[in-house]
This record gives sequence, structure tokens and C-alpha cells, in this order.
Amino acid sequence: MSNQIYDAIVIGSGISGGWAAKELTEKGLKTLLLERGENIEHVKDYKNATKAPWELPHRGGRTQEMINNYPVLKRDYALSEKNLNYWVNEKESPYVETKRFDWFRGYHVGGRSLMWGRQSYRWSNMDFEANAKDGIAVDWPVRYDEIAPWYSHVEKFAGISGSKEGITHLPDGEFLPPMDLNCVEKDVAARIKSEYKDQRQMIIGRVAHVTGPLPGRSNCQYRNKCDLGCPFGGYFSTQSSTLPAAVATGNLTLRPYSIVTKILYDKDSQKATGVEVLDAQTNQTIEYKAKVIFLCASTLNSAWVLMNSATDVWAGGLGSSSGELGHNLMDHHFRTGASGDAEGYEDKYYFGRRPNGIYIPRFRNMNGEKRDYIRGFGYQGGASRQGWNREIAELSIGVDLKEALSEPGKWTIGMTGFGEILPYHENKAVLDKNVKDKWGLPVLALDAEIKENEINMRRDMMEDAKEMLERAGIKNVKGRDSGYGFGQGIHEMGTARMGRDPKTSVLNKHNQVWDAKNVYVTDGSFMTSGNCVNPSLTYMAFTARAVDHAVSELKKMNL
Amino acid sequence: MNRREALSSVAVLLGGTIIGGQLFSLAGCKSTPEMVNNLFNSDDVGLMDEIAETIIPETNTPGAKAAKTGAFMALMVKDCYKPEHQQIFTAGLKTINDLAQKQYQSSFMDLDAEKRKTMLTALDVEQKEYSEVEANKETPHYFRMLKELTLLGFFTSEVGGTQVLKYVEVPGRYDACIPYKKGDPVYL
Repeated sequence: MSNQIYDAIVIGSGISGGWAAKELTEKGLKTLLLERGENIEHVKDYKNATKAPWELPHRGGRTQEMINNYPVLKRDYALSEKNLNYWVNEKESPYVETKRFDWFRGYHVGGRSLMWGRQSYRWSNMDFEANAKDGIAVDWPVRYDEIAPWYSHVEKFAGISGSKEGITHLPDGEFLPPMDLNCVEKDVAARIKSEYKDQRQMIIGRVAHVTGPLPGRSNCQYRNKCDLGCPFGGYFSTQSSTLPAAVATGNLTLRPYSIVTKILYDKDSQKATGVEVLDAQTNQTIEYKAKVIFLCASTLNSAWVLMNSATDVWAGGLGSSSGELGHNLMDHHFRTGASGDAEGYEDKYYFGRRPNGIYIPRFRNMNGEKRDYIRGFGYQGGASRQGWNREIAELSIGVDLKEALSEPGKWTIGMTGFGEILPYHENKAVLDKNVKDKWGLPVLALDAEIKENEINMRRDMMEDAKEMLERAGIKNVKGRDSGYGFGQGIHEMGTARMGRDPKTSVLNKHNQVWDAKNVYVTDGSFMTSGNCVNPSLTYMAFTARAVDHAVSELKKMNL
Repeated sequence: MNRREALSSVAVLLGGTIIGGQLFSLAGCKSTPEMVNNLFNSDDVGLMDEIAETIIPETNTPGAKAAKTGAFMALMVKDCYKPEHQQIFTAGLKTINDLAQKQYQSSFMDLDAEKRKTMLTALDVEQKEYSEVEANKETPHYFRMLKELTLLGFFTSEVGGTQVLKYVEVPGRYDACIPYKKGDPVYL
């Protein structure tokens, strides 16, 4: 066993961990970045990123072997031969589904920053005040004014493309130039604006892509192969953005294959002293010491690390004194909306594969309106012309079919709602010591479901989409609800919520564990509520803010 | 001289006339067809190539056979199909030859392009009707499988994707609204 000492340890190298490492190292702290999985090196390890469709043996499809090996991943789009190595080996790392839970994990350097959806939206005060106003869960201990400068800080570095719209509840940010709406989207946006008298907006998605000058990065090339890793570094990932910045300081040590099994805690000082690491390749146990620890292992795995730590002091783990650790698990429910045909654009087309779509910000339960549910949803979608892969009922086989499919088909437009899930105490993750992973470690049992509020919301998510498309002049509008499995949004949040009171929350307003002030948890687990926008930008902002706090506390000798 | 003319010349040199796709499969010259995987032999691949070519024929651009769609089907059915779907598919190939025997007293390979098209057009009508029945969802019609694999195999191949459709690996920009002229190819 070796003892190694750093100023700071970051657990997890995804979006939050990458940011923590960058900010800590840039502030001069010798930082150890621990990642449980393998290294994926920028560009070099993006094995399929520059392959044409015909260079993949099954053209990107899924084999029976893959389906057998990935019983969870197969439940949605993610299972593909294109980037299979970016997803966790489910046999090695099982978990228990007390209720169905679709947990899509990436265990490697960069985590899910390599495969994320890249949609990036600020929260507003409407969102930070929501719990207090509705009298549910606990109040956020933070308001927009406090976090706004940190949104700016991370946006300027990550590179967020978007349009300034002046929408109060979807605040503008520090944007690189917006991507363009196509002809159909532009007209539908204008119709929605006039039909709903400026109460509803359809805007271009705000997305973590480089669309203008950004030091050290290249512009998005409109290949739309983002989830294979981008050899141009066109979108934000740990590899393209935060990791090179952290490495450049000379203060970073990156250690892949390092499973953090527990945070070491000293009863006398009431602080963490370091972490215990299990080397995933050698099975050796190693201890690392540091003054401050950033836990960024992703919502569920951060809860796991805490639950597995300091159990001699608190049976439920470090940070469990409130009884909220592992609870209030959230996601975004989606996969319901509408689509239809846009007629009269047969002489219009586009060039390039835009890795982005439209966004319709939340409009329900605002401006005095009250539905039979609280909170709301936003829509993502887009318009496009059909490609070769379409059904032409009236054509059979032969030359006519070949010629028809060689030309673009009709224009269609579709949208799916992304809705808020309330923080229910009983939606939770617990340790199951009867089931062990490849390394003999206990696994998580996940027990969460959507309830009446979400089910009622889903009706509006479909009906409002239908109505908007119809009022915008779209033909053959069809609603659809493809069903939702908890976790499928890949936006797990809330297992270590922040609050104002150590009796009802795991973290304080600076993301510090109430029970161990030199442990900061800054991934999705700190979320006190979920809102309906994609959450990663908010993790980035809170992470940068938390590092700033930690370093200033260290200077004051408070940690 | 295009590819077809080149083959015709070869046929003349060999002192024969081209009958269907016989020349391509050279079925008559082989003692035992070689297995390409545990489900298909080289004769099957030849048959699938000709079925695919009937669905997506050569015109002034290459057809499905030039994109090696038969070999693609053999791989996809072996790796991606469930055993019960593999069974439907392989039985379907046999059915096609049986139908050719019944209707024309000939193997499918020995039929001319027009007879092939007549036969498969009828099968396409059959599969469309069959596919509309909800209860048939779990057991798709074999001709639907053949048609889908043909379209996928052809349009995502290098031949189909670049000589019939357009493929740009690195577009470099997004032009959101540009004119489209009827006849211009779709982007892969």
C-alpha cells in the first residue's frame, strides 16, 4: 500500500469532474483526477469517428450478441456498433432494478461527456424558486443572481452556440453564433409566435458546439457523428475542452482504472482525509490523501461512494445524517410529442448534418395559468426531408423505386417533450450488499417511478405538440407516446440534494457535504429539483463555483 | 464501354449467350458451393444478389449486385437476426426457388430479368398485405426482410451512397435553406 498526497482529488472525469480538475489545477492545486474506467485519448481513440457508413460491418446496427450482452442499453437508441466501447460493460457492473430503471453509463475518461446530447440551457429564478413556491421538497439554497456569473464563466470556455432571445425564464448566455433554423422550422417558428401571441417560442437549440472563434478548439464541421467522439473537437467534452486545459497547468495527474471505494473520514477533525482506490486492473488497494475532495462520479455513483464511506460513524454512509442520501432521485421523462408533414417546400433543401434541432421553452403553469400538474416541459425536435429510408406505399420494386428513393422525400417536422420529474423522497438508490460487481463491491438497487404529476403532464406534452403543429399549418399531425422508462432521459439527478438545513439536505449551498466540509459533490446528485431543461450546463456552473469556494476556504484555513 | 457491355463481351468470348445471372454465379461450374457462414453458401449469396438486383436494378447507375448486397444480407441475417427470423429468411429463399419452379419450371437464377421482376412484384404485394396485420409483427414476411436488407445494404454502401446518393464526410457548414431541383440526389 502506498500513500500519495495531493492538494485535491477529483473522483470522476465526466462533465463535472473535468470542470473540477480544470478549475482546481488552474488555481494552482496539485490535483489527482481518478477515473474508474479506461482512458480514451482525444482523437486517437475515436475509432469509428471518421468511418463512412459502409465501413461499419452492420452499418451501425446491433447484433444479437450485442443485444444479449447489453440488456439495459438495448432499451433505447444507444446500443449500436458505432460506439459500443463507450458504454459500460453490463456484465461486469450489474445493478438491481427494484423497479425498471434504464441506467446508461459510460465508464471511461470523459464519461458521458463523450456521448452527451450537448443541449445547454440556463435555469432561471422561476426554477430555483419552484420548490419554495410549491411547498415541496426543500428550497434551493441558491438563486439565479448567484449562479449567473458562473454560467457565463463556463459558457465562455465550453463554447455554447445559441441565439439571444430575451426570454425571462430561459436566460440568454454568452453565446457563440447560433446555428440556423431550416426553411420549414423558420416558418413554423413564425407561425407559433403569431398564433400564441409571443407566449410560446420556437428557437434554435442552444448547444455546446463551437460555431465561432474559441481558443484551442475547432469549429463544428456539421458531420453529426458527435457520439463517436469528435476528431475536430467541435463539441464540448472532457477530452476536447477541460482535460487539455488541466493538463496544460502541469498540476494534473490523471489515473484511469481507479475505482474509488470510499472516502476516508477522520472523526476528530470531521473532515475527509483522502480516498481508497481499488485498481480495476490489478485489484490492488491504494490510499490517496488530499485537503479537498470533489466527488463527481455521476449522480448514482456519487451516492454509491458516499453510502460506502464512513459507515462506522454513520451506518448509511458519509452525508447520510439527514436521511436524504440516495433519495429524491430524478430524471426527465420524455418520448411523447407529435409530428407531421410540411407541404409546399418541395423546392427547398439544406446542406450539412446539423447536430442540433429546435427548442420550445416551457410555457405551461406560467403567467398565472394552472394545469392539473405543477411545473412543465420543453420540446426538442426539428424539420428535415426524408432520406432513402422511407416507406413508399405505392411503389413496389425496380427502377421506379430506386429513382424515387434516390431523391429526398417529403418534409416532416416532429417534437418530443422533456418534462420535469418532481423530487419524491421515495424515489431512491440503496446499496444492495447481496449483489456484487466484478470487483466484489456491493451494487446499487434502484427504486424509482413517475407519478400522477408526470402522467398528467404527459397528456399535455402530446396534445400541446399536436395543437401547435396544427396551428402552424402542418398536415397529417400525429401524436405519439412511446413510453418512458425511468433513467431513459440519462439525466439522473438528486441523490445528494443541496439545501439550507443539514437536517433535510446532504449538501450546503456551496456543494459541501454538511457532515464533511472538505468534500464537495458537484455532479447531478446536488440537484434539489430537476426543472425540464438539459442539466449539464448547470453542473458545470455549480462545479466552477464550488471550486472557487473551496480554494478560497483553503486559503482561509477553513478546510 | 460500361460494365454490362464488358460482361457481354466476355460472354461472347466464352462462346455463349448470357442467360440471366448464370454467368455471375457460375453455378454450373461448381461441384459444392462454399459456405460463407453457418447459414448461407455461395449459391445463396448469388441468389440474394439477383433478388437484390431485381429490387434495385442497374440503370445508368450501379444496382444492388454491384454493391455486394447478397454478401451483406448473409452477414446481417447471421449476426443481427433472431434464430426464428433467420429461419423465416432462409425458408423464404427456398420458397422463391420453389415458386420459380412452379410458375416457370425454372430456378430463379435462370429466369430473365422481366420474369424475376414479375415474380418479386407479386411477392411485394403479398408482403405488404401481410405486414399490415398487427398479429404478424413478430414474424415478418421473408420478402419484407429481403427488401429492407436490399435497401439498407445498397443505399448505405459505397456504391449506393456515393454513385446514386450523395455523401459528404465533412460538410464543414450547414446551409439551412437552399434550392432543390427535382432529380438531384438525396444526401446519405
